[in-house]
Amino acid sequence: MKMFEFMAKDIFRAAGLPVPRGRVARTPDEAAAAAAEIGPVAIKSQVLAGGRGKAGGIKFADTPDEARARAAELLGSEIQGYRVEQVLVEEKLKIDGELYVSVTVDAATRRPLIMASRHGGVNIEEVPERDIVRRHVDITWGLYPYAARAVASRLELPAGLARQFTDILVTLYDLFRRYDAELVEINPLVISGDRLIAADGRFNVDDDALFRHEDLPRVSEATPLEQRVREIGLSYVELDGDIAVMANGAGITMATIDALAAYGGRAMNFLDAGGGAAAEPMAQAIGVLVSTNPKAILINIFGGITRCDDVARAILTVKERQGIPVPLVVRLVGTNEEEGVRMLQEAGIQAYRSMDEAAAKVVELAKGGR
Amino acid sequence: MAILIDEKTRVLVQGITGNQGRFHTQQMQAFGTRIVAGVSPGREGQEVHGVPVYDTVEKAVERHGANAAILFVPAPFACDAAFEAIDAGIKLVVAITEHIPLHDAMKMTAFARSRGATLVGPNTFGVISPGKSKIGIMPNHIYKPGPVGIVARSGTLSYEIAAALSNAGLGQSTVVGMGGDRVVGLSFIDILEQFEQDPETRAVVLVGEIGGTAEEEAAEFIKGMSKPVVAYLAGKQAPPGKRMGHAGAIIERGRGTYESKVKALEAGGAKVASMPWEVPDLVKQVLGG
Repeated sequence: MKMFEFMAKDIFRAAGLPVPRGRVARTPDEAAAAAAEIGPVAIKSQVLAGGRGKAGGIKFADTPDEARARAAELLGSEIQGYRVEQVLVEEKLKIDGELYVSVTVDAATRRPLIMASRHGGVNIEEVPERDIVRRHVDITWGLYPYAARAVASRLELPAGLARQFTDILVTLYDLFRRYDAELVEINPLVISGDRLIAADGRFNVDDDALFRHEDLPRVSEATPLEQRVREIGLSYVELDGDIAVMANGAGITMATIDALAAYGGRAMNFLDAGGGAAAEPMAQAIGVLVSTNPKAILINIFGGITRCDDVARAILTVKERQGIPVPLVVRLVGTNEEEGVRMLQEAGIQAYRSMDEAAAKVVELAKGGR
Repeated sequence: MAILIDEKTRVLVQGITGNQGRFHTQQMQAFGTRIVAGVSPGREGQEVHGVPVYDTVEKAVERHGANAAILFVPAPFACDAAFEAIDAGIKLVVAITEHIPLHDAMKMTAFARSRGATLVGPNTFGVISPGKSKIGIMPNHIYKPGPVGIVARSGTLSYEIAAALSNAGLGQSTVVGMGGDRVVGLSFIDILEQFEQDPETRAVVLVGEIGGTAEEEAAEFIKGMSKPVVAYLAGKQAPPGKRMGHAGAIIERGRGTYESKVKALEAGGAKVASMPWEVPDLVKQVLGG
C-alpha cells in the first residue's frame, strides 16, 4: 500500500524526523489560509505517482492569493493519470543541496537494503551506480548507529550534517521495521543551511502486514471494478484489451494473456481465481466479467486443487443468473475433468483440452464481432 | 536419487487440524509420503487420518524423528511456526501459506540460514519427487518419474508444464516450487545447483515470470552447468507497474522485464519457449531425441 506524501510526513514528524511545516488543503481557500500562516510556500499535488514535479504537479506561491490561484490550478487536474484531490501546502525551503536516502527490501539477498546518495532529487534514477552508497542490514540484529555512520561517512558530509544524517537513517530504519514497510524513502533530503530536512517522502507498506497496523490510514489504488472482484477474494487487474480472461493461479493467468497476444488478441483484464477457489466466488467473478461487456470470454482452468466440476458449476450458475450474451471459450482439464466437461456439454458449451486451441478460438470469435 | 526429498523423508504437518491441513495430509498420504506426525497447539492427543497430533514441534520430533515440515498455518502465525520447526532441528521447511508479511519472510530466511535449514516458500506449492514423496499441494495424478527437474515460481503454471511433459513421455526427477512471493528461502540457483549434482536429473525446466532479477541471476549460473536448461517465462504482455497476483510479478525501473530475462537466459545457453506448450519439444531436443 502506497501512502500519500502528507501521510508519510505525518509518520516522519511523529518519529522526530525533520519535515517542513505544512498543511493539507482540499480547496483553494484552505491553501490560501495555510499560506497566510506559513509564508512563501510550495504547493504539492498529492498523487501516488512518482515524477510529479516534472509533470507540473508542484507550484510555488509567495502570497496567500497566489497560493489560492496555484491550488485552484492543481486541484481537480490530472497528474500522471491520477486526479489531484488534495495538495500539501508547505514552507518553501532554501535549498543548498539534495541528498537521497531509502530503506527497501532486497529480494535477491532477502535483506533490508539502505541506499543513499549525494545526488538526490528528481534525477535520482539517472545517478550512476558509483554515486550510490549501498549497505545491507542483517534483519536479526537491526541497524546499529555505526553502520549509519559508515553510510554518512561515504557520503562525505561535513561533521554537523553527518551527525544529523546518522540519526535520520537510524530512525528511518526503525520506521521501516516498525510499520512493515516495503520502501521508506526521503528524496530529496534537503540541505538547508546547517540543517537536513525531509522535503519529500515515500512510505509503502506491505499489504500482507496491514492486519497488524490498524493505526495506519488506508489508501486504495484499485478501480471500482478491481475493488469489486477483490472483495470476492480474488485478484483482478484491469487491462486495455477486449477479451475477458479468468484462469487459476497468477502464473497461468499471465501465460493465458500472453497466449492471447500470440494469436493477435488482447486481454481486457487479469483475473486470477487462485489455486483452489470454490464455485460461488468463481461464479461471482465470472458474473463481473460478463458485466464488463467484453467481445469474448476465455476461462482457462488447469484443475489441481481447483475442481473442474466446480468451475462448470460456476459457469452454469452465471448462465442461469444473468445469461452469457458473448462468446465463451472454456479450457478445462485436471481434477474431476470428465464431470465438468459433461456438465458444460449438457448446457451446450464445448470445453477445450488444450490452452493453445482455446486461445486461438477465443481470438477468432472476438474478431468475428457480435 | 532426487533432490530435497525422497521416500525416506519423515514429514510433520503443522496446522494439521485445519481444512487445508486435513485435506492435503490425506492427499500426501495417498501419494506415498511418510507423514509421521502433526502439530496443532491445543489439539495434542487427537488424530488426523491416523496421524498423531501434538501441541509442539519439539515433541513431535522427539517421538517420531520428523526431518521435514510442511506449514498450513495462517499467515499471521506462520513466522512463529517456521521458527518453531527450525528451532526443533527440522532441516527442510515447506511454507505453503500465502500472504506472509515480507518482514516475516526475511526473518524466516535469516533464521533458516543461521541453522543450516532449507526454507521452501513462502507461498509455494511445495516439492515433489514422483514415485517417492511429495510435500506440497500439487495434484497427485499429473507427474511421472523421469529425468527432468522442474523449478518454478508459480504453482498452476508448473502443473500445466509438468502435465505436458508427462503426456509427452517425459517424467520428472523432482519438481520444486520456489514460491510466488518476493522474499523466498530458495533461489533458482540453489535449486539448479542441486539438479546439477543429482545423477537422476538430465535436463532442467525453469518456469519463471516477470519481476525481480531472479531469472537474470539464474542465467549466469546456467552458463557453467553441464545439464541443458529449458525456460518458460510468463508475463510478456504484463503492463509495467501493474501487480498481477504474485508480489514478484511487478516491473520496476526497466529491470525484470520479459525481454531482459529472455536475453539473459539465452546468453546463458538456455532454450526459451515462448508458450508453455512448446516446452516438451524443446526438452526432447536438448535431451537429444
